Amino acid sequence: MSAALHLLVTLAVCAAAAPLLVRARWVWRAPGTGIAVWQMLALTWVLSLAGLLIALGLDPYDAPIARGLARWAAHAGSTVASDHLVLGGLALLVACTAALVSSWYAVVRVRRRHRDLLTLVARKDAAAPGALVVDHPQAVAYCLPGRPSSIVLSTGALHSLSAVELQAVLAHERSHARERHDLVLLPFVALRVLAPRIADAVALLVEMRADDRACREHGAEALVAAISRFSTRPPAGALGMADAAISARLQRIATASTAPSWLRWSALVSGLVLVSTPLSFLVC
Amino acid sequence: MLGNLGELERAAMEVLWDHGSPMLVRDVVNALSSRDLAYTTVMTVLTRLAAKGFVQRQPDGRAWRYSPVAGRAEYVAQLMLDALSLTGDREAALTHFARQVSTPEAEALSQALAEKPDQP
Repeated sequence: MSAALHLLVTLAVCAAAAPLLVRARWVWRAPGTGIAVWQMLALTWVLSLAGLLIALGLDPYDAPIARGLARWAAHAGSTVASDHLVLGGLALLVACTAALVSSWYAVVRVRRRHRDLLTLVARKDAAAPGALVVDHPQAVAYCLPGRPSSIVLSTGALHSLSAVELQAVLAHERSHARERHDLVLLPFVALRVLAPRIADAVALLVEMRADDRACREHGAEALVAAISRFSTRPPAGALGMADAAISARLQRIATASTAPSWLRWSALVSGLVLVSTPLSFLVC
Repeated sequence: MLGNLGELERAAMEVLWDHGSPMLVRDVVNALSSRDLAYTTVMTVLTRLAAKGFVQRQPDGRAWRYSPVAGRAEYVAQLMLDALSLTGDREAALTHFARQVSTPEAEALSQALAEKPDQP
């Protein structure tokens, strides 16, 4: 029973922490830490919920989860344990894994097709070394992650950026590619239906992390100018999230401060403590 | 990413786009004569393009004639649509510099593509 109680408390802590972290502004000053805390929080939430169901189901065995699960599996269809709770917990783990796998499969398919198209119509351009250029007036810049990764610019983007702004954009995209931000985002996008605001918060932190790199290499001024070029859009259409995200990015580049290391370390340690709770019950 | 084979696929595609009517492998080899390619190389490239759905082939006697499935502008439009779409799989498939909510542009591109109903 103590396992169930611990997991219940862990879930409550997760439930309380998530909205606070969505609203937190210190994570903007330490995006890498913020991303790590979100990853630990998400893992804790899934493992704790599954663990709680399984622990409640196996309560009659009065044994640690792993041993209880082995006994439960040995007497299939036993009457002692609450089968539906145990199965629900296991199904949650399977569903999360399946969501990840199917999301990954869909992403790989989109990317393969995109890469094939780039081979046919994109070209290299001396103005943007290391990037592929597509002839289109609409300004876009993005990274196609994978091995090898590609950074793609439209001629619209190329023409609207000055040389140093272009360097800042390329540095931002290289950072996405190098740190595999696509893999960071994948679980949050896969489970987006459950927590859309968390997915948005993590996506913003990923952009901020890439901004930091571009800033370090080419200066805040170039980056701010580049971001502004992409965000000046006609007022028509739904300018909600993206607009808020862009003004948040511009604002934090202007203030240019880093969260104190005690704050970053205590956030990381709290995350580790949190994630170790369900792990200790599930593994031991 | 534009490796050797990719470079050839692109060159063959450009020949087909410029020519405007279905071509025999021999015609494509001749059009790419400056590259001094073997007949079988060009045939491999065209077969790969057909497998990816970029070219279609129709029988002509004992040979095949190849033609592009869609124009270059259409493929550019498909790329841009991927780049501008912010929902679903594409969100994780590409990482953007600035996440543009540009529904008017994306919609215009979708419409341009929808006007070609024979598109896969």
